Amino acid sequence: MASITAMSGPRTRKCDTTGLPVCLDAEFFVKMNAVSAVVFLLLGGIAALTLALTRWPAVHLLDSTWFYRMLTFHGVNMLIFWILFMEMAILYFAGTTLLKTKLFSPKLAWAGFGLMISGAVMTDYIILMGQADVMLTSYLPLVAHPLFYLGIILFAVGALVNIFNFFATVYVAWKNKTYGETMPLVAFGAVTAAIIAVVALLHGAVALVPTLTFAMGWTAEPDPMWYRLIWWGLGHQSQQVNVVAMVSVWYLMSHLTSGGVVLNEFVSRGAFVLYILFINLASAHHLLVDPGVGATWKIWNTSYAMYLAVLASLIHGFTVPAGLEAGMRLKGYTKGLFGWLWNAPWKNPGFSGFFLSLVIFGFIGGITGVTLGTQQINITAHNTLRIPGHFHATVVGGTSLAFMGLTYYVVPLLFRREYSFKWLARLQPYVFAVGIVLMSLGMSFAGSAGVARRTWDIDAAGIYGATSHLMLGVLGIGGTLAFIGLLIYVLLTVHAVLFGQKNHGRAMDDWGTPKDIAPAEGDTEARELLEHGKAPGTMVLVLVLLACFVVYYFANWKALADLWHVR
Amino acid sequence: MTIHSPPKDWFKWPHGHERLWIGLALVWCLIMFAMMPYWHFNGKQNSTGESYAVEPDAFVERVEQFTAANKVGEDPASGIPIVEPPPGGDAYLLGRMWSWTPTLKLRQGETYRLHISSADLQHGFSLQPMNMNFQVLPGYDHVLTLTPTTTGEFTIVCNEFCGIGHHAMIGKIIVE
Ligand SMILES: [Cu+2]
Repeated sequence: MASITAMSGPRTRKCDTTGLPVCLDAEFFVKMNAVSAVVFLLLGGIAALTLALTRWPAVHLLDSTWFYRMLTFHGVNMLIFWILFMEMAILYFAGTTLLKTKLFSPKLAWAGFGLMISGAVMTDYIILMGQADVMLTSYLPLVAHPLFYLGIILFAVGALVNIFNFFATVYVAWKNKTYGETMPLVAFGAVTAAIIAVVALLHGAVALVPTLTFAMGWTAEPDPMWYRLIWWGLGHQSQQVNVVAMVSVWYLMSHLTSGGVVLNEFVSRGAFVLYILFINLASAHHLLVDPGVGATWKIWNTSYAMYLAVLASLIHGFTVPAGLEAGMRLKGYTKGLFGWLWNAPWKNPGFSGFFLSLVIFGFIGGITGVTLGTQQINITAHNTLRIPGHFHATVVGGTSLAFMGLTYYVVPLLFRREYSFKWLARLQPYVFAVGIVLMSLGMSFAGSAGVARRTWDIDAAGIYGATSHLMLGVLGIGGTLAFIGLLIYVLLTVHAVLFGQKNHGRAMDDWGTPKDIAPAEGDTEARELLEHGKAPGTMVLVLVLLACFVVYYFANWKALADLWHVR
Repeated sequence: MTIHSPPKDWFKWPHGHERLWIGLALVWCLIMFAMMPYWHFNGKQNSTGESYAVEPDAFVERVEQFTAANKVGEDPASGIPIVEPPPGGDAYLLGRMWSWTPTLKLRQGETYRLHISSADLQHGFSLQPMNMNFQVLPGYDHVLTLTPTTTGEFTIVCNEFCGIGHHAMIGKIIVE
């Protein structure tokens, strides 16, 4: 009975809401990492606002120097610091509470956290000092101050230390069978994310260590093409870590907010494994119009890798809403095709954050990403605003929004403090989602009109007309709205953590969970549907998604066919 | 469920709608898989990545020779030479902070081997309003076998960040 002894004693408590055991050491590091994440989110968000207001031609806020500086700052703080700190929090939560075990080593957790914080501060400082105006990608031969690379390397090493701590925790739990025979799905997803993160961070080391020694003047300049290839092993895969973490959060929030179930454990787990196996090669789709790598390499790595990973996303795109549908039907919301959806808790920010994330990721981020990542279609998109238009729908509308939804449960459950101004919290995911969708569409349409990404000013070229300017205006307005949504989230969360009402000894305030209205013996029709693997409402939704996908995909081939011929 | 261990007998093959959707999704992935090789052999727009190693200085020299041999005029405003390469022959374009040289004069329907490289940082060759985009790297002679199908004046925008004057890195291609 190792499990029981492992989880008793002074360093644990029982969650007053879920009944799950909470390791207090792990809880401390969940808090530390989550708070850091929110701080860096705010920094990255302020930068984002200045960028949106600069690309909005009517405002054109920053000068050229500060635009590129803020763009570097924004990319680093959002894509690396905010997301990875949040992912560390998720790992410490999933590795202990869901597996009913204790943290392997608080010392390692301190070491990892310390390295990450010092790396992040070092990098941010050097960027703001104007010593690293090189963008997140820092493509050679553009060189930053050595401390820029050193900061990122320290941050990555810290993340690796945390991930090692996570794996050790999982190993101990597995050995002692603390969680029973099979790991819960959400924990399985967290393990998947951690595995991909290791591969991503190792690529980062291979790319950045020689770049650091070059910046110090110790070694020769690495080949710029080689750097691109390896860097994207970090850059692309770390986005895949986000996807996996986000999907795990979807499963978690679907269950917490609405009683979502897993239709088929094998399918959902298999889809996670597809990510591990095939996502690495997908980094090729950043090099589709590069010299130095041939057509066969581009096509093979794009399709072989991406499409099996895409398949994984399409599978989760079904299983997550289908699990929600089944859970809601089991609760008695069985009317028609979509009774389960209309009766979902739309005023619960945990739910709306998760579900809007699912929709934005699938319909905007996913469809555009796969299409733009097609070898030849990439000619019409590479380095235009279509690219950030795509990834703001995946990483921001998808991952960040899902993490925000998660926070509305993390604070009451782990910080044991309640949110004040609940009406504003209920509104927040919608404000943020509308802002991001507007911004993403503005970027995408401006990019289709040929507007470049990472460009301070489009008027010097003298060729961009009213449509481009209008779409950049939409970008600016959407970005501002998204920033307001972000600010509401940060302020409410900081307020709750510092001043929120304590909820020790009782369940957390209910954000609104659908009541069980099924007859006492359960709803037989719903159970039968589940047994036959049927989710009719979800089936309709995914068919709509597929139809949109097919139309967008072939419309892009059609547009490509009108271009000059090139080989 | 998602946060608890599943029951012991959790393994089952997908069935019902789930199996249907996995099948549909797989078919769609295979169609997308097939489209790229199909277009490679039958489509007219491909990025094959043909390239050769070249020292930046050597490339600058080649561009200068090419310009001297084929110059037909000069842009009155910028002083950038206008160069007309022989139809079916080689053309050269140099990207550097923050200009594209020379201005190329091409003929509609003729095919050129356009060599693009950089003298310094990475740049992005973005042909507007065609919206065709290619990466340009120092040390790599990137060869695009290009056939203009429309006439007019086209602008080359740099769309890879290359420093503070990046937005003003503008070039020109004229097609007659
Ligand atoms: Cu440039």
